[in-house]
Amino acid sequence: MEVFIEKTGEKIKISYMGKVKSLLNKLKINNETVIVVRDGELITEEDLVDEKDKLKILSVISGG
Amino acid sequence: MMKCEKCLNNAVISNPVLCKTHFISYFEEKVNFTIKKFKLLKKKGKIAVAVSGGKDSMSLLYLLKKFSYNVYALAVDEGILGYRDRTLINMKKFCIKNKIPYKIISFKEKFGQRLDDIVKNNKILPCSVCGVFRRRILDVHSRGFDVLATGHNMDDEAQAVLMNLAKNNISLLSRLGPISGKKRKKEFTMRVKPFYFCSEKEIMVYSFINRINADFEECPNVPMSFRLRIRGMLNDIEHERYGAKRNVIDTFQALSIKTTKDDEKQKFCIYCHEPSSKEICSACMYVKTLKTTTI
Repeated sequence: MEVFIEKTGEKIKISYMGKVKSLLNKLKINNETVIVVRDGELITEEDLVDEKDKLKILSVISGG
Repeated sequence: MMKCEKCLNNAVISNPVLCKTHFISYFEEKVNFTIKKFKLLKKKGKIAVAVSGGKDSMSLLYLLKKFSYNVYALAVDEGILGYRDRTLINMKKFCIKNKIPYKIISFKEKFGQRLDDIVKNNKILPCSVCGVFRRRILDVHSRGFDVLATGHNMDDEAQAVLMNLAKNNISLLSRLGPISGKKRKKEFTMRVKPFYFCSEKEIMVYSFINRINADFEECPNVPMSFRLRIRGMLNDIEHERYGAKRNVIDTFQALSIKTTKDDEKQKFCIYCHEPSSKEICSACMYVKTLKTTTI
């Protein structure tokens, strides 16, 4: 699958099938600090994702 | 897909488990509850909203406008190249589109220097001077309004509680809460936090669902701050134990810390005549040491 990580600006390809929360663990991203978007829609950390998905991991941050 | 706990639609958030529609209701009811419980806003009051162009303040502006409050956007341009100039463009576009009057006041016009230059010329930590100058601008320009509403959220508040505990700063600690300040003073416009019980993540979800064109960039000066370390620590705890941030502010509310200084007579700075706890206010101290032009 393709994953865009907003915080670092990286676009990575990763072989993964399973829950979003395990994917975030694998990428060492705290679920509290991000929202995950698939096809323009928000998904939760309990949702399943697979190889064909394209995900965006957007940071939850206060600009100040 | 995970389903909403109130209907059969797909959930967009898992704490609580809600779909788009039910999340919007949940979020707006929570903000409305906070406003009513702490008497933060009056329906016909004149409300200044401190805006930065980021998701918190833009969502607040959007929501208060949706609730039909009489809002006016007040923005500070600190002079942070590549960051604030961009967030302010978003803010202006949003205000024009939604017919919200706005005003931008810059550090340059008020204090003679941009924050970038202050940091470069004085080898000083940006967050302390920035906080003092921002506060002064908002204090002065919110006069004449009934309240100044800020986008401070539950994460900000929980971080502030822990930071001030770690610093043993009882005075700053006692000013926290949904209404800022130890007590109401006629010299200051009341500052209120309608997002007091909303987490940063909830606000992000709200702004995403409502397509609020906020800037999600982070201030480049944040990595230098103590707050960043506290934020990371709190997010780690929240991840393991949902509700920890809320518990921090609920406990803080229950303790309702008071100081003995509440009834002190308000003093005024001998230079700028603005309210100050010292003979010379912090803003004037900076202006003197930074060798900037007059405020």
